[in-house]
Amino acid sequence: MAEILAVEGLVTLLGGEKRFLRAERPPVRAVDGVSLELREGEVLGVVGESGCGKSTLGRTILGIQRETAGTVRLDGRVVSGVDPRTARQMRRDVQYVHQDAAAALDPWWSIGRTLDEALVINGVGPGEERARRIDRVLRDVGLDPTTKRRYPHELSGGQLRRVTLARVLVLAPRIVLLDEPTSGLDLSVQATVLRLLRELRAELGLTYMFISHDLSVVRLMCDRVAIMYLGRIVETAETAKLFESPVHPYTTMLLAAAPRLATGQGLHAAAIHGEPPSATAVPSGCAFRTRCPHAIDACAVTVPTLDLIADGRRVACHRWPELAPLERV
Amino acid sequence: MLVFRKFLRDVSAVIGLVIVLLTAVVALFAPWLAPKPLDAHESHPLLRLKPPSAEAPFGTDNLGRDVFSRVILGSRAALTVAVLVVSGAMLIGVPLGLVAGYRSGWVSETLMRITDVFLAVPQLILALALAQLLGPSLKNAMVALTLTYWPFFARIVYAETRRLKTSVFVEALQGLNASSFRIMFAHILPNAAPPIIVRATIGMGFTILTAAVLGFLGMGATPPDPEWGLAVSESRQYLPDAWWFATFPGLAIFLVVFGFNLLGDGLRDVIDPRLRRSR
Repeated sequence: MAEILAVEGLVTLLGGEKRFLRAERPPVRAVDGVSLELREGEVLGVVGESGCGKSTLGRTILGIQRETAGTVRLDGRVVSGVDPRTARQMRRDVQYVHQDAAAALDPWWSIGRTLDEALVINGVGPGEERARRIDRVLRDVGLDPTTKRRYPHELSGGQLRRVTLARVLVLAPRIVLLDEPTSGLDLSVQATVLRLLRELRAELGLTYMFISHDLSVVRLMCDRVAIMYLGRIVETAETAKLFESPVHPYTTMLLAAAPRLATGQGLHAAAIHGEPPSATAVPSGCAFRTRCPHAIDACAVTVPTLDLIADGRRVACHRWPELAPLERV
Repeated sequence: MLVFRKFLRDVSAVIGLVIVLLTAVVALFAPWLAPKPLDAHESHPLLRLKPPSAEAPFGTDNLGRDVFSRVILGSRAALTVAVLVVSGAMLIGVPLGLVAGYRSGWVSETLMRITDVFLAVPQLILALALAQLLGPSLKNAMVALTLTYWPFFARIVYAETRRLKTSVFVEALQGLNASSFRIMFAHILPNAAPPIIVRATIGMGFTILTAAVLGFLGMGATPPDPEWGLAVSESRQYLPDAWWFATFPGLAIFLVVFGFNLLGDGLRDVIDPRLRRSR
C-alpha cells in the first residue's frame, strides 16, 4: 500500500505563553516527537490513555493546531510549517470527526444549513450542485433527507454521529481522522456506526486514523495500531500481532488491563500501577519508567528510539531485546 | 416552546413585558393618543397650573399645557433615546467584544484596555462635559450615553466569545477552514445573543433614567420639548402646590424603567436558571 500521509518528528507544545503583566506559564509537550505514516486505504489505530496527546496529535495532523516542530507530508508534499488557515487549505484531503458529535454542531443551525456551510466554505457551488452532494452524502451515511430540516437537539446520538460524518464526507476527503467515534454510544449503536464506517471506507476509498482508547473496537476496526504514552509513540504493529504478542511493557499492561467478558477472571484493573504522570512533568528518559516493572537505571537517562523490529513492528524501549523473542533488523 | 412557557409563568416578567409593550404602543401612536397634541409646543397662559380635572386629567403646567398629553408625547423621546443609545452602544461594543474575544495577544489586550478606560469614565460627567462643549441637546446627550454605555456590551460579548471560542463546534468549523469572520458573526454571535439581549433590555431602562437625569440638569432635552426629566425640572419651583406637574412625568419615568428592569430580570432568569430567585 502506498504511503499517503507521513508525519516526522512531530512536536506540539500547548499552552505556554508569556503575557503582558502576567505570570509566565510553561508549555505542555502534548505531542513529543511522533513519527508515523498512513498508507492508502488502511485503518491506523492510535491508542492511549486519556491525556496522552492522541487528540492533539489528530488536531495537529489536521492543521488547526500548529506544530512546534516536525513535518507533515501529504502525498510526499510538505504541508507543514504554515499557519493553521493555510495548513487547512493545503490539507483539504484530511478531515476530522470530533468525539462529541452533539457539541461539534452549532445548536442554532439546522443540519441542512450546517452541511451546506461546509461546502460553501470550501467553495463548492452553485446551489444545486451543493444540494445534490448533500442528498448523496445523507444517503451514504444512512440518514433520511428530512434530517436537513432538523436541529441538533432533535437528533439521537447515533444520528448526530452520522451528521458529523456527513459534514466531512460531503467534502470528499481521502483521509478521515476519527476521534473516539464510538464514545458515548450504546453498544448496538456502536456496532452500526462501526459497520457504517467500514462500508464508507470501502465505498469511498477512505483512509482512517482511528483515535480511541477502546481496545476491543480498535482490534475490530484497525489494520495497524500505534500505542501512545505521554505524547510519544511506544509501539506500532499490525493489529493481530500487537494483540497476540505485545512487546513494549506499556502495551502489555494496556492489553492486560482491558476488561474481558469471556475469561471469567474478573477485572484486571490492577494490571497498570498508578496514574500516568502529569504531562507538565514528564519523567526524564523513557516516560513510562515510573510505572514500568522492567525499568532500570539506564531508562532514566536517554529517551528510547522507536526501533524497527523483525516483523514490521516498531518499539521504543531500552529493554525490548530482553522482553521479546524478536530480532532487530 | 419551553422557554416561552417558562417566561409566561414568571409573573413579574410578564408585567414588565406588558409595560414595555404598552409604552411602545403609546410612543408609536402618541400624536393620535394625546388629547391635545399641539400642547407639545403651544402654551395657554390663562390655563396655567390647573389641578387635575376631567378636562386635563393630569392637570396643566406652568405654561398651561396639558400634562397628560405631554406625558404621552414624552414617551417618544424616552423610547427614542433608549433604542438609539442601546443600538449605538451595541453597534460599537458587540464587534469589539467579538474581535477581542476571538483574537488573542495584543489585539485583544489593546481592545480590552481601551474598553476599561471607557468603563472608568463616569457617564453623567462625560455627558455634562459634552453638553458644555457642544451645547445642551438631546442629540449630544445620546452621543454621551452611547460613548459610555458600549463598554458594557464589549465586556459581555468578550466573555461569551472567550467561552465559545474553545467550544467544540467552533473548533469543528476551524477544521472545515471557516473564516474568522464567519465563525464570529454567523456562529459565535447567535450563541452569545441571550446575555446581550438581557443587557440591552436592562440598558434601555437605565438609559431612560440617565437621559431623564440629564434633562433634569438641563443638559439633555431643551424646552419646549415634552421630555419627562425636563418636565420634572421645570416643575421644581411650583412644588409642593402644583404637585401634579412633577408627579405624573416622574411616575412615567418610574413605570417605564421599572418595566424594562422587570423584563430584563425575567429574561435573565429564563436564560440562566442558576440565577433563579427562589420563591
